[in-house]
Amino acid sequence: MANKIRVATTSLAGCFGCHMSFLDIDERMLQLVEVVEFDRSPLTDIEHCTNCDIGLIEGGVCNSENVHVLREFRNNCKILVAVGACAINGGLPAMRNHIPLEECLNEAYINGIGVENPQIPNDPELPLLLDKVRPIHEVVKIDYYLPGCPPSADVFWKFLTDLIEGREPSLPYELVHYD
Amino acid sequence: MYEHLETAENRDSLRRVVVDPVSRVEGHGKVTLLLDANNKVQQARLHIVEFRGFERFIQGRPYWELPVLVQRLCGICPVSHHLAAAKAIDQLVGIDPENLPVSADKLRRLLHFGQVLQSHALSFFHLSSPDLLFGFESDISKRSVIAVLAEYPEIGLQGVKLRKYGQEVIRMVSGKRIHGTGAIAGGMNKSLTKAERDYLLEDIDQMIIWAVGSVALIKKVHCSNLPYYDDFATIRTNYLSLTKPDGALELYHGGIRVKNEHGETIMDQVDYCKYNDYIHEEVRSWTYMKFPYLLSLGQEQGWYRVGPLARVNNCDYIDTPLAEAARVEFKAHSGEAMVHSTLAYHWTRLIEVLHCAESIKELLNDPDIMGHDLVAQGEKRYEGVGVIEAPRGTLFHHYQVDENDIVTKANLIVSTTSNNMAMNESVRQVAAEYLSGRELTEPLLNNLEVAIRAYDPCLSCATHAVGKMPLQLELVDAEGKLIDKLIKHSDGQIERDNNV
Ligand code: SF4
Repeated sequence: MANKIRVATTSLAGCFGCHMSFLDIDERMLQLVEVVEFDRSPLTDIEHCTNCDIGLIEGGVCNSENVHVLREFRNNCKILVAVGACAINGGLPAMRNHIPLEECLNEAYINGIGVENPQIPNDPELPLLLDKVRPIHEVVKIDYYLPGCPPSADVFWKFLTDLIEGREPSLPYELVHYD
Repeated sequence: MYEHLETAENRDSLRRVVVDPVSRVEGHGKVTLLLDANNKVQQARLHIVEFRGFERFIQGRPYWELPVLVQRLCGICPVSHHLAAAKAIDQLVGIDPENLPVSADKLRRLLHFGQVLQSHALSFFHLSSPDLLFGFESDISKRSVIAVLAEYPEIGLQGVKLRKYGQEVIRMVSGKRIHGTGAIAGGMNKSLTKAERDYLLEDIDQMIIWAVGSVALIKKVHCSNLPYYDDFATIRTNYLSLTKPDGALELYHGGIRVKNEHGETIMDQVDYCKYNDYIHEEVRSWTYMKFPYLLSLGQEQGWYRVGPLARVNNCDYIDTPLAEAARVEFKAHSGEAMVHSTLAYHWTRLIEVLHCAESIKELLNDPDIMGHDLVAQGEKRYEGVGVIEAPRGTLFHHYQVDENDIVTKANLIVSTTSNNMAMNESVRQVAAEYLSGRELTEPLLNNLEVAIRAYDPCLSCATHAVGKMPLQLELVDAEGKLIDKLIKHSDGQIERDNNV
């Protein structure tokens, strides 16, 4: 166990699709867990990442909590990877960037169809929203970028097996796509 | 029932305990408890802590982008959003469901069955099976699908392959496993080739066999702990779902049916385009997720549950034979008109997996899925409502456009939002019946999460974001001073912070 490569994953302001695409390696997961040990990830109940070799980040940064988690990953992962369009450039959630945040909140909680008791949720338990959705490289240093929305399972497989076997990761042309 | 625990009166004198985040669910959520001096729970809340703003920022986009934009709300059930949006924009080009070309209708159904199959497999095998196989308060090292693959390799691998099959159905119909394209206004953009059809037919019989096995497994797990499984997190509620006109279980298109806790029908075959006459959503200050309720019953009594348990409870029968047999067995186990057990969500989820597998086989053998009449068009309209039974329950999409086909208004009620009150009520039930008065430990707190996981909430749909936070448990006294702190480490060790 001790020599296994430790991989942590998290999703910030993403849709979970990148994680689903990772799971799309299907039964190759059995091969992967021979050499990899999952640390903090939505698949485990481990809640803090510590001493990891590889950290995979899905999603951009949209609130104070995302920033906090992202920093935890940078501090605990030797190699940090931006996975998918949202992590790399904000992705679809960043479509809110050209609209004042207040208007988005008003639409959902004040002026929406069928809204009762209109008010903007405002409890100390709720984390503060950032004015804009940011790509993760604006907050911490990123070592690799995997494009795609989401990157395909084969991208995850090629990238991870390259790293695990000590090669500089490279994606053949047919695996690089941006949709 | 447990509503009195939503807001405590003397909040300032109570201790606050936080479970943050809820783990092995999709999305950002946390549970807060307020306790009195005797550890009795006085308040329990599930908060959804993230906000996206889709309803606003898709305004200004042309309507034909909607199916591919809104599916990015959720990478677990993208097809459901894709199809709900497609059903809404069908209406914008003047096409009602009955006017959709037969081939397009069947291809969409095939796509959707693939979606429900893979999402349910994920929920059961990848997220919840560790709790169900190893126990709710088991060691943290057991609480992941990796442990299931190690100790129950056959079950784990079947889960992986069932999910894979559903994903492959999606890929064949829409070109990609996640965020493909397929549905367009008034139809579909391609049909299946014979080679694609034959590829999917190869494994379908095996999938049906494994689905039958999964239903047997969950039945055994449920029934061998019957009193516990029937009581844990259980609440008596109304149920809402679509059904076919003849009362059969339906996932793609039907009318709204609501039954109350006694099984009496409150609404039936209601046209979902008029949903706003029947359902409103209440905002509460402490969570980003709204609380939908039926206007006819009011805010207090009008909330309801959706999803597999609601669908199986509400329908008169299932139109595929093996799933119908499983449904009959399921209903018989309780002896009540409606099954209220929250953990029975898992059982009904697997009955639906079986239904999906059987239905996929039927559709694959139907030559219409290879037909080429795929798109219809009628008179332009300015408003469209699309409703579908997503894996987690009834999903509403509603759009208005202007004369330039630009979206001017959007409203989404996602499935998990409809279960908001129910999840909170289940959390309160577990807090009151299983935790209250005890010293809180990490495994004990997993009980709260087991209750939430039964609903398979997609908090990323509900808030349009996902993620996960470290689990720390803090006790704060009335002055806001930290008096106790438990930290869960990556190896699963629980540490009490002695500096506090
Ligand atoms: S990149 Fe695409 S798949 Fe990945 S989180 Fe963002 S929207 Fe989802």
